[in-house]
Amino acid sequence: MTALRERAIVSLRSAPSLPRHVRIQYDPVRRAFAVLSPEKVFWPNEISLDILRRCDGQSTVERIIADLVADYDADRQDVADDVIAFLQEWSDKLLVKL
Amino acid sequence: MSEPILPPIGMLAELTHRCPLQCPYCSNPLELLKANRELDTQTWLDLFSQAADLGVLQVHLSGGEPTLRRDLEQLIAGCSARGVYTNLITAGVGIAEGRIDAFAEAGLNHLQLSFQGARPATTDRVGNHQGSHEKKLKTARRARAAGLPLTINAPIHRHNIKEVQEFIDLALSLGAERLEIANVQYAGWALANRDLLMPDRAAVDRQADIVAAAQEQLAGIMNIDLVTPDYFAIYPKPCMGGWARDAFMVAPDGTVLPCHAAQTIPSLRFERFGDRSLAEIWIDSPAFNAFRGTKWMREPCRSCERREIDWGGCRCQALAIVGDAAATDPACIKSTAHGRMAALVDKTRRSNTAGDDAFMYRRMRS
Repeated sequence: MTALRERAIVSLRSAPSLPRHVRIQYDPVRRAFAVLSPEKVFWPNEISLDILRRCDGQSTVERIIADLVADYDADRQDVADDVIAFLQEWSDKLLVKL
Repeated sequence: MSEPILPPIGMLAELTHRCPLQCPYCSNPLELLKANRELDTQTWLDLFSQAADLGVLQVHLSGGEPTLRRDLEQLIAGCSARGVYTNLITAGVGIAEGRIDAFAEAGLNHLQLSFQGARPATTDRVGNHQGSHEKKLKTARRARAAGLPLTINAPIHRHNIKEVQEFIDLALSLGAERLEIANVQYAGWALANRDLLMPDRAAVDRQADIVAAAQEQLAGIMNIDLVTPDYFAIYPKPCMGGWARDAFMVAPDGTVLPCHAAQTIPSLRFERFGDRSLAEIWIDSPAFNAFRGTKWMREPCRSCERREIDWGGCRCQALAIVGDAAATDPACIKSTAHGRMAALVDKTRRSNTAGDDAFMYRRMRS
């Protein structure tokens, strides 16, 4: 097979971003944030939304984790596990670019 | 009604029935509408605007071949201005130089390109269009050059099911983010050509293995979605996500429909945009309310634990095979007519000695 890209693996130095075919949008009809992708619409929960909004191509995963630890006053290891698992899952579905 | 009517999320706009291809499994109705029946630019724009007001987040611009509409750029721009995510579903044949760039500039979010075969000869034969495969490759490359995300759609049937691995390789080589291995749904033209299109069980099983292996191997590289074949299924699919539940489609003349084949149900009368507003049709139309939610269900659906997973399956398939649009989709193992699906597969296997040229190709009546 002649794949033009490889699977990306999350690291603390990755700077995730949303690919062109994915966008976050506030939906005034349902009063909720939606993630729009080619065939699917996702309704992320608060923490997922907080991660996705920080996927700006500038912030590293390490920085995103630190921000969320501060915002949620949560255990760093728990947040790190959640963030890394979430980003890997979304990257594997090509919804986040690492 | 105790079940609330939710706003729709998705809209499939069949902008035209005109198409350069003649695929024998086309989901358009047998009675195709000519160009003079199509809505004009302003009416489509009004419709998209009402759709956005109603809660539609995604519009799939389809056909026929949507790029035959000279106003497609305007329609994309209209959706985009309302924050609606636009997906162009194209056969990728005969698109003039520069237009794909224009679609991207107008705000197109994603392009889905069909391939009738992974091999040029298959594509050209199934669509009955010489040279179409080469044109599609060019369209894919132009889409990539315009920075557009790409899905390759492969409608699967007896004549190309052995090319599934090649479809995967083709989609990878084109840099697609996504590949749909979509087993043909036997409605519309596909129902008319069912005996010539139905694959056999061994090929269906092989396909499932190939796709499952590729999905695992290609995580993070390319998404592969498998639309499974109903005739070999145990449970039905939630057709359109449930009748009039979160999506609808519009025919070229503005008739608003719960699904592609809904007009085959003779007891239902469908309304046209313009005669009534989209919101009125979505909420009040008797045809939309006929099979909405779970209230219409009989047994075995009514008490089934899957009733809000598959919503009873496909009404048009129930009509086509059981003769009753309110029956359980016969794809379901709980349907008393489930055995007819396997019997139909068997019958096509025994009766099928005809060559490809026996297809009833999709054509407009003159």
